[in-house]
This record gives sequence, structure tokens and C-alpha cells, in this order.
Amino acid sequence: MPDLLLELRSEEIPARMQRKAAGDLKKLVTDALVDAGLTYEGAQEYWTPRRLTLDLRGLTARSKDVREERKGPRTDAPEKAVEGFLRGAGLSSVDEAEIRTDPKKGDFYVAVIEKKGRAAEEIIAEIMPSIIRDFPWPKSMRWGAASRKPGSLRWVRPLQSILCTFGPETEEPVVVDFEVDGIRSSNVTYGHRFHAPEAIKVRRFEDYAEKLDAAKVVLDAERRKRMILDDARNLAFANGLELVEDEGLLEEVSGLVEWPVVLMGTFEEEYLEIPPEVIRLTIRANQKCFVCRPQGEPDKLSNRFVITANIEAKDGGKEIAHGNGKVVRARLSDALYFWKTDQADLPDLDKLAASAEKFGLDLKKPLDQRMARLDHLGVTFHAKLGTQGERVERIRGLARELALIFGADPDLAERAAVLAKADLQTEVVGEFPELQGAIGRKYADLQGEHPAVAAAIEEHYKPLGPTDVVPVDPVSVAVALVDKLDMLVGFWAIDEKPTGSKDPYALRRAALGVIRIVVENGVRLGLASSIIKRDSLALLIFLKGREFRDVGENAFAPDIRVLLSVEELKTLAYRMVDADNSATEQSLLEQNDKSLSDLLSFFHDRLKVYLRDKGARYDLIDAVLASDAYQASDRTPGDVSPAPAEASAKQTAASANNDDLLLIVRRVEALSELLATPDGENLLAGTKRAANILAAEEKKGTRIADAVDPALLTEASEKALFTAVDAAEKKAAEAIQNQDFSAAMKALAALREPVDSFFEHVLVNDENDSIRANRLALLARIRRATGQVADFSKIAG
Amino acid sequence: MNAMTLPNTHPTRSFQGLILALHNYWAEKGCVILQPYDMEVGAGTFHPATTLRSLGPKPWNAAYVQPSRRPKDGRYGENPNRLQHYYQYQVILKPNPSNLQELYLGSLQAIGLDMATHDVRFVEDDWESPTLGAWGLGWECWCDGMEVSQFTYFQQVCGIECAPVSGELTYGLERLAMYVQGVDNVYDLNFNGLEGDAKVTYGDVFLQAEQEYSRFNFEYADTDILFQHFKDAEAECRALLNAGAPDEAGRLHKCVLPAYDQCIKASHVFNLLDARGVISVTERQSYILKVRDLAKACGEAFLLTEAGGATFEAA
Repeated sequence: MPDLLLELRSEEIPARMQRKAAGDLKKLVTDALVDAGLTYEGAQEYWTPRRLTLDLRGLTARSKDVREERKGPRTDAPEKAVEGFLRGAGLSSVDEAEIRTDPKKGDFYVAVIEKKGRAAEEIIAEIMPSIIRDFPWPKSMRWGAASRKPGSLRWVRPLQSILCTFGPETEEPVVVDFEVDGIRSSNVTYGHRFHAPEAIKVRRFEDYAEKLDAAKVVLDAERRKRMILDDARNLAFANGLELVEDEGLLEEVSGLVEWPVVLMGTFEEEYLEIPPEVIRLTIRANQKCFVCRPQGEPDKLSNRFVITANIEAKDGGKEIAHGNGKVVRARLSDALYFWKTDQADLPDLDKLAASAEKFGLDLKKPLDQRMARLDHLGVTFHAKLGTQGERVERIRGLARELALIFGADPDLAERAAVLAKADLQTEVVGEFPELQGAIGRKYADLQGEHPAVAAAIEEHYKPLGPTDVVPVDPVSVAVALVDKLDMLVGFWAIDEKPTGSKDPYALRRAALGVIRIVVENGVRLGLASSIIKRDSLALLIFLKGREFRDVGENAFAPDIRVLLSVEELKTLAYRMVDADNSATEQSLLEQNDKSLSDLLSFFHDRLKVYLRDKGARYDLIDAVLASDAYQASDRTPGDVSPAPAEASAKQTAASANNDDLLLIVRRVEALSELLATPDGENLLAGTKRAANILAAEEKKGTRIADAVDPALLTEASEKALFTAVDAAEKKAAEAIQNQDFSAAMKALAALREPVDSFFEHVLVNDENDSIRANRLALLARIRRATGQVADFSKIAG
Repeated sequence: MNAMTLPNTHPTRSFQGLILALHNYWAEKGCVILQPYDMEVGAGTFHPATTLRSLGPKPWNAAYVQPSRRPKDGRYGENPNRLQHYYQYQVILKPNPSNLQELYLGSLQAIGLDMATHDVRFVEDDWESPTLGAWGLGWECWCDGMEVSQFTYFQQVCGIECAPVSGELTYGLERLAMYVQGVDNVYDLNFNGLEGDAKVTYGDVFLQAEQEYSRFNFEYADTDILFQHFKDAEAECRALLNAGAPDEAGRLHKCVLPAYDQCIKASHVFNLLDARGVISVTERQSYILKVRDLAKACGEAFLLTEAGGATFEAA
């Protein structure tokens, strides 16, 4: 069967687009061929900076003939109906239609439409121009004389030639002839731009790849990557070094060369004074070169770097290495300048006095100066949420409070919060935004900050995703949580939450960060606790305050501090409300509650994702959140028998706890352990059975006793169950109060045997109404007992 | 290669030789060799021979040197690579010939870069000038890892679609000269190609200027006066465009080039204000938009002129 070879040769295609473009080409061509009725055995795409290639094997030479019969009207049908039929079937007269006889319907017309199969070549020539014209480049352009007229071909960069041959292995392939905007397909390509610029005539993929290889073009990107990596590793090793590997850079570099040649360059050792990350990023971003480190020294860099050139130079690459070295040196000298400038005094320090005072900054220290300038310049955090300075003001107070909860020194936490964003004003972060935090930490160390403060400056951004490290030092934990919570609360207050795939402020990541910090550090923090509530209300009032600025009511806006009590803030809210008749204090508080509870359910959703990713059963979260512990206020009316007093008191307390993510996770874990045992499995089945019976009877309106009357218990099994339920419920309640969820589960697991025995030996639907009502009440007790830990009906299986 | 055996005007021996070699090369390729525009601009693109001439249907091929001023890049003459005043070599070809990449590589050969020993690469770089309302796709051209030129296919200029598209080449002359002369500090460049007492370096010509202008850009420039200059230029630009506007449809615009001068002036004044650090982040955007509006208005008016192709019929 014939093979198809297609090459679209272009001026240099951006490296980051090549892989996807080649994949798109394969998909577009194969889809169009299949749509046209052809089949193929295999297709492989290739790419270099200057070409996209498709090697398609075993294409059917022709599409199949298609025969279609279309039933028409009876032969004696009105003329109009016959005409319509002929038109629809594409026939010019009735003579072209067949007449069939049906014993019931009589004679009627049938149109037999035969579509001849077409040669693959013809199909290819037909589909290619539009595939090329409509190619899905992220950005495309017009060029040359053709661009004088509207509608000229658009491509990522000027398209230079199209190679398209087709034919079976046994025959000489033919050129599939077509044209796009004056570019005519052929069997000609060109080799390496400098090594082999001559035209190359090609027959099929085998000789194409071979000839390109001889013309110094490695067609396969994976092979180019392997060549670069192997050569770079060896070159480093031969110099007593180790390559600092970088997959992203490797991919990019492989898209910049057709004939990779790896060389080594050097720079002066004095630049090694710059932090290794800054050196690596400088050389990577500007030069697309790899850096090396001395063997066995993971934290150091050497003054050598690895260049990937595109030619085999006459002089063995001396000039190339020399030239690259010059540029790297110039870039590093800029980086060194940034690094030093950031440690020196800013000009105009006197202007920063007010900001310095506000944050308790010491203007003798460089990082303090940068924070003062961040505030002084009024750099925006978000148009609606105010400046970075205002944000830091909020988080420093909250950081103090959380520090107290986590046993961190509140002064250190506040200091870390105050300096956390200072590095945004440094030259190095201006050049490499991805170094925010890490650079702040270095400068903090250099100016002698407490190690916990320096660490927190870096770690407060963490974790940056599901696999990033979670901070553990209490100071870092406090600032990291505060930073994320302020962001979430803020964006919720202005109602800019993530929707669908849109999450421009990475709020999902922030929420996951909070979850991971809390759960993985075993931190107890009520996300709806008064601290957070106050902070959020303060933020809301602050936002209102900004609205009032223009009407002269700005007196309180700047001095709102999170350290005010809820009462004080309420007073403040009241004052503000007076200034704006359209709002009321109540509505502000309600708005706050609403946005916080909405944020809380966002956390619950994220928690499910988190647990699912960890391989836990996320359906258990729904079950746990639906347990009585979290739903104390809306107990079902049929279930009113008085719970043990201590349990009841505890439940009320627990109901405010669905914002304690750690407790939720602990419950889920314990429940999951229980369900993994045979006892748990059976208890789940028994409880579900009890719940189903109850639900059915409740629906029917069957009477259910308010409480179990021991006197009405007749069978041994039900007596045993009553005793067991009573004991298990109390025991579980106690355990829950002590937050020992394993013990609670164990207590409940003891119910398994009596429940099983009950269902085996006792008929719930007794003829005697009182006995039946009493037994139903007993079932309700099972549901209530297990309901303390989870709503078992929400558990799958 | 032994430098001393080459003439002093050879591109690898003197800064001026480099310029002459590029002039000769592009003159041979049919370009009009222009002189620098006599106003302060941030880049060669601002020269009306590029900004305005890239608009409309008329073919246009030109090459010129453009002194370019970037006040913020001043380093008081202390940085070996960064200057607040430097030279760009600018080539504009409309429509771009289909072998523009080869022509460009030919120009590198012409200034003494041997393609068999140097690694020349075209690395993605999408060009955009917010102040000119212009963008295009193309590359940074690298020679041994150093960006020596910008290569752009103009798609839009002054907010107007380019039809046809022009190819623009911009060479950073100092960098290129440092490279071919093998010099690490821009001030050590040999300007005239002579040796000994007769040798004139780039530093001899420009070091004092870099120091003085850095002081001016960062410290001395009177910002009140500059703010006023900006307002004046903006007003004058609009007034001239109004004054020259055709009184009836089909007539030509009579005063585009002087108006465009005012747009250039506003742009440079903005750059100075920016260097003085008196323009806040939010204001910055609004100044850029103001200049862009002027550029757009000039571009639209230019299409109503002879050079803009108002009377042009394509062959």
C-alpha cells in the first residue's frame, strides 16, 4: 500500500510551538483522509526549527465505491413529488430512476446513486491547501508581495516550500500536485542552512530522512535531545563537572538546532559570588545554555556552561565558545550589578520615612528600604484590593495572632510578614520574577534577620502546588497561611472567584496550599473562626472605605487594623453605614458571612480533590460533613429522642467546626480505616439497611416511637442491640469529644454483631403497632449513633 | 586574520568601516541610503522612513543609521555594554523579498562574519511597540549567543494593517562592532580604524556625552518643563493634523510629516520623564496611550498623502 510523505518547510518556527504543530499536522491530515473514506496503517510526525514532517504509511490507494439507494414516490404520484425526488437524488429525468414493484405499495421509483471511489492522490491534493491555510498556529503572520491583498496565506513565519510525495514501496512515488498562495508542492527539500543549502530531491521517507541526515539535519527531535543531553553530560564529566539538567531548556534548545553540536564556555570565577539560582536563570533565559556544578557539590555552580550550537564550526567551535562566553559575562555583570545594588542604599531615603514608620522599618537596612519603597510608591496588588502596602498592613496583624496559636514568636511572625514582599522592589526580582521569596530570604540573611524570619520570607509563598514542600517552621506556617487566606478572603469579598478553567490569581493553588499546610502540619485552625472573620470583615470595611474616599469619608479607611475586635469593627461598620444610606451594617455583616461560608465550601471542594489525589475516598468527606457533628441544627424530626447530655453539648460545639480542615481529615481517615475492616463493612450495610427501612416507613407515615421503650423489647437480639447502641453511642460520643476518632470508630464497630443479629432474628414490621414503633425507634438509634461520625447513606458501596 | 593588513575602513577594524560596509551592501541591493533623522528617537523604527513609509501600498527600500536615545539606559559611562545613546542600523524593505533571511545573512558576511565559524540563529521574538501601535513577528538574530539584530515582519504600524508587509532589520551597531573587533568594552571600540596617536576610540567620541547625559536624564532634567513639552507636543501634533486635513474627500492631507515630528518629540519627552522616575505605574500606561493615539492619527493622515499611496495604482 502506498505511503505519503509531507514536509512543510518554513523560516524558523518558534521552538515552543514545534512539537504541538507537528502533532496538529498529523491529526488534521489523518482526520481529513479518514473523513474522505481512506484508511492508513500508521503515521509519525517530525519537526525541526525549519520543517514539520509527516510520514504516513499504508494509505489505501482509493476510497471505496459507494452505492446508495434512495426510495422515491409511487410512479403515479403527482408530478411535483416526482420532480422533488429527482432533484434531491441529483437525477435529471425519471429515465435514470429504477422502478420497483411492491405487492402492497405498487410501483415506485428508486434512485441508485453510485459514488465512484477516488484516488488517494486526488483526495490529498484536495485536503492539503485548506489544512495549510487554516493551520492552528497560536500566532500567525502575513508576508511578501502577496500580503498586498486581503486574505493572503497566514503562517507562523513565511512558509517556504511544500514537499508531498505519494506511492507504494514498489514503485517510483509521484508528487501530489497542489498549490497554496503560489507555493507549489514538489519533491524537493533543502538541508542545513549553512552546511547543505542545496536542493535535495526526495522519493519517500526512507531516503528523505537519510538524505537530510547527510545534509546535517537530524529530523527526530527526540534524537536531537538525546544527542544534546549525552554530549553535554560527557563534556561536563570530562571537565570534572556535573551537568545541571533542565528538561524544559533541553526541549527548547532541541527546537533551535537542526544539527546539535555541544561546546563548553567559561566565565570568571568572581561571578560565582552571585547566588547560583540567579546565575542559572541568567544563563538559561538569555543564552539558552546549561550550567554545571562541581561533581558532588549540589549547592554550588562552576564557572563553566554548556552551549548547543547549530554548526560544526571550521575552528572546532573556538569562536562560538568565545562569543558565548562574552555574552554570558556581560549578562552576569548585569546580574552582579543588580545583586549589589539591592544591597546598597536607595536614593531619596528621606521620602520613605512615613512608610518606614508605619511598618516599623529600619531604613539603615536594604530590605527595609525596599519595603518602605513598595509602600511609598503605592504599587498595586489588585485594582480593587488596593496596594501591596495595604495588603502587608493587613497580614502583619493577622500573622501575629496566628503565631500565638501555633506557638511561634509573634514579633518574628510580624517581622517576616512585613518583609515578605520587600523583594518585589529588588532589581534581581525585577529581572527574574520567579525568584521572588528566594531572593528576599538571601537579602534578609545578609542583613542579619533572624533565621526564622529569613526562611519565612521564602517559604510564605509555599507550597506552590501539590508536590511542593510545605513549610514547617511555625513562623513560616503563620505567614504562609496568612498570605494565602488574605488573598482568598479578598478575592471572595470582591467576588472574583475561579470559574471553570479560569483561575488567573491561582486561588485554587492558594486553597490547596492552606489545606496542605494545615493537614500536613497537623495545625488546628478554624477557617471561620473569629480571627478570620474579623480579618475578612475588616477587609470588607476597608473596601467600602475605599469607595468612600471620594466622598470625604476617608478618615477611617487607612486606620482600619485587623487588631480591632469584632465589636469595634461592628461599630466602625456602623459609622460607615451612616455615610452610605444604601447599605446597612447588617448587610455588611451578612455579606461577610455569605462570602466566608462560600469560601468554606470552596475549601471543602478543594479538600475532596486533595484527598482524592492522595488516593483517599473522597465520598467519605461528603459523609463526614453530613454527619450530625456538622449538621446538629437540622436533625430529622423523627429522630428526637434525647441524646446523652454530654454528647449534645459537644455536638453544638462541633457544628461550628466544619471549618477545621484537620478534624475533617482525621474523621475521614478514621472512617476509612473502619470501613476497611469486615466489622466496618457489615456495620455500613446494617446501618444502610436500618436507614432504608426508616426512610420507607417515614415516607409511609408509619408511627415511629420518640424513644425506645425498653419494656416493649421482646426478643433477646433487640434487647442486646439496645444495650449495645446505648453503650456504643456514649462511648463514641466521648471519644469524639476527645477527638479520638479511631476510638469512636472502634466503639461503633462493636455494633456490628448486635445489628447483624437483630436483622437476622427480629422482624421489624411486627403486627403490634407499639412493638413496631419501638423497633423503628431502635433503628433510628443505630442511625443516630453512626451519624455522630458520618452519614453512612452518603458512603458508596 | 591579521587586522593590520586590512584597510582601516574594513568593518572589522573600525566602527565607521562597519557602517560603510553595511551601506555598500544594502545600496547594492537597491536600498535608498538615507541619513539619520534629525530628532531624538528611541529606535530606528521611529524614523518616518520606517514608521510612515511602511504604511500604504507603495514599494519602499531604504537603509540608514539612526542614533537612538534610551534615557533610562544611561550608566554614566561606567557600564561596558549599556548606553543611553547608541546607533542602530535600520533596513526596511517593502514588500519583504522572499529571500530576506538570505539577504540578511549576506550582510553579516559583508561585515566579516564567516558563517563557517560562527553560529547564527533565528530565535523567536515577537516585536511590539506600544507607543507606535505597531507589532510584528520575527526573531532576534543571534551570533554565537549574542543578539546582533532584530528581524521583523511588520504586521501593523500606527494601528493600521500593513499591506503589503515590510521586512525590518535592525542591527545594534556597537554590539556588532565590539564583536567583530573583539573588544569587551564599548568605549574601547576603534572608531576610525587607525592605530597609535591617530586612533580615535568610541570613548574618545562619546564617553563624556554618556556621563553628561546620564546626569541630565536622571538628575538635572527639569520635569516641570518636560511635562509642559509633552503637552505642547501633543497639542501641536493635533493642531497640525487638523490644519492639514483634506477639506473634501479625495483630496490629500497637507501636513503629516511635521505633525509626526511632534509625536516623536512627545515620545522622547515621555522617555525622559520615565527616566526621572516621575511617572507612576498607572500614569505610565496613559502616557503610552497618548503617544499611540498621536501615532495612529499621523499614520491615518499619511495614507492620505502621495507617499502614503493615496494616488498610487499598483502595477
